[in-house]
Amino acid sequence: MHENPRNMTQGQFSFLPPLTDDQIKKQITYAISKGWAVSVEYTDDPHPRNSYWEMWCQPMFDTKDAAAVFMEVQECRKVYGNLYIKVNAFDNTRWRESLAMSFIVNRPKVEPGFGLARTEAEGRTIRYRISSYATDKPTGKRY
Amino acid sequence: MSKATGSKELTGATRYKSGVLEYKQMGYWQPDYVPKDTDVICLFRITPQPGVDADEAAAAVAGESSTATWTVVWTDRLTAADNYRAKAYRVDPVPNAPDQFFAYIAYDLDLFEGGSIPNLTASIIGNVFGFKAVKALRLEDMRIPVAYLKTFDGPPTGVIVERERLDKYGRPLLGATTKPKLGLSGRNYGRVVYEALKGGLDFTKDDENINSQPFMHWRDRFLYCMEGVNRAAAASGEVKGHYLNVTAATMEEMYERAEFAKNLGSVIIMIDLVIGYTAITSMSKWARKNDMILHLHRAGNSTYARQKNHGINFRVICKWMRMAGVDHIHAGTVVGKLEGDPLTVKGFYDTLLEPHTPKKLEHGLFFDQDWASLKKCMPVASGGIHAGQMHQLIHHLGEDVVLQFGGGTIGHPDGIQAGAEANRVALEAMIMARNEGEDYLAKGPEILAKAAKSCKPLQHALDTWKNITFNYASTDTVDFVPQATPAR
Repeated sequence: MHENPRNMTQGQFSFLPPLTDDQIKKQITYAISKGWAVSVEYTDDPHPRNSYWEMWCQPMFDTKDAAAVFMEVQECRKVYGNLYIKVNAFDNTRWRESLAMSFIVNRPKVEPGFGLARTEAEGRTIRYRISSYATDKPTGKRY
Repeated sequence: MSKATGSKELTGATRYKSGVLEYKQMGYWQPDYVPKDTDVICLFRITPQPGVDADEAAAAVAGESSTATWTVVWTDRLTAADNYRAKAYRVDPVPNAPDQFFAYIAYDLDLFEGGSIPNLTASIIGNVFGFKAVKALRLEDMRIPVAYLKTFDGPPTGVIVERERLDKYGRPLLGATTKPKLGLSGRNYGRVVYEALKGGLDFTKDDENINSQPFMHWRDRFLYCMEGVNRAAAASGEVKGHYLNVTAATMEEMYERAEFAKNLGSVIIMIDLVIGYTAITSMSKWARKNDMILHLHRAGNSTYARQKNHGINFRVICKWMRMAGVDHIHAGTVVGKLEGDPLTVKGFYDTLLEPHTPKKLEHGLFFDQDWASLKKCMPVASGGIHAGQMHQLIHHLGEDVVLQFGGGTIGHPDGIQAGAEANRVALEAMIMARNEGEDYLAKGPEILAKAAKSCKPLQHALDTWKNITFNYASTDTVDFVPQATPAR
């Protein structure tokens, strides 16, 4: 049977081996070179439609030093080392004003993945509900 | 038609004397005309019949695409006729084609109904392409004035919002068309969708001719596809989609299929170019109202877009479709199995994606075009591409594109999921290398080989398709070569 490398593959690089610190720094350097603001976000609710992960800090609009940005990743890891953490790069230029990059830099030790519940509806229609097994528990006790 | 050299525009009673005049005499050739900012400007490639000079042929095209008929009519004098006449104002030789020339023709804004591609095209390409005085005619480009663009809604979703809805940034999206195109039952069809999406693709797609045939009813297809989409979303924690083709014989039927797709929770539906400009615009309005991404397959376009001397250049179709409002449109792969010269394709992509496209003859763009805040339309590259070309695809097509590997996913020796994974790994590795500052185009094969060390499916994909290329000369190429400028 073929298996994906992971059961949660959001972000730009989830099919590759986990990024080393050096690789993360290089991506941050690229984002800064483009004039984008890097931010760090974490969550215990990785549902594909969870648009609002918690903000570790505001987007670092004025930080041009990749090492300083990477330090925020490290700090976030110290506190939330068993949650999902991602690095985003925000491009505020006209006609984008949205994310230009987003990749995961930290994962829980155990990733239970997502369940799919089906409810039979009219005709042969099925209503689907996707939920992370972890979010069956209240926040703080999920991972 | 007689040779018209020297004939000038006539005025007053002489102009409206019953009989047949040359188009130039009727006022359709105005070499001193300065186009207004609100004019629609067309660039035609004209091959006149022998004996017809350039000015007269251009005037004839202007006439036949606006107010003229074959003989003088007095009822013109009941109108401000000068205003409604299209004006040919410039003719240029075509490099390396002595029998052809480029004609610039300006049309007053009031010739067109707002928000209506059918009305625009009924004028511009309505009668004139069958006109006897020209041997062949091609609409190469159009400058659409901001005033007219503002009467169109444009893409219902656009690239930026599509990415936000899908939560996918900083890389091309990946797709695959379900194969075989014809014959699969709904249940078997959904299997391909599930496998490809679970393996790592973002989208799968109905083919252009999958509607509701005896082997598979459309409702069956929609139901099984959504099972595949949702299972794959749960297996990956990602938003996934399948372009459900709602193309049908009537608008009523298309709306019914689109509603069903919405009720099943699909993020995207699909239509074919052959449904026509009115139907496309209607589906765009529907998509806007129902939070739906709208994918357009350019089925049929090569019947008129491919040959260089006659028809419509695809860049014009791109413009019309961005105005009519589609979110995705197939626009060429450069390296795949279908027609696509790199510079010409670059012109298509810029036309779909840029807020402003400057005149760039070497990309086939003849005008400065301000897009008046119409959203970006995502180009789709589909047809004969595979993971081994990833560096070239990113180099030629950039980041805002859906790369569709149909055969390149489903034909993988280890199965569909493995094929999808190979494509995803190749893509992520290449984007990572690019961002790290690698010369990824030159080192592409090296980067892929390295990524394949920890991904067997990619290694097998590279082994299977390593020598597959489609090196045929393009039919539709640009006429102007870039000028070399000295390095600074």
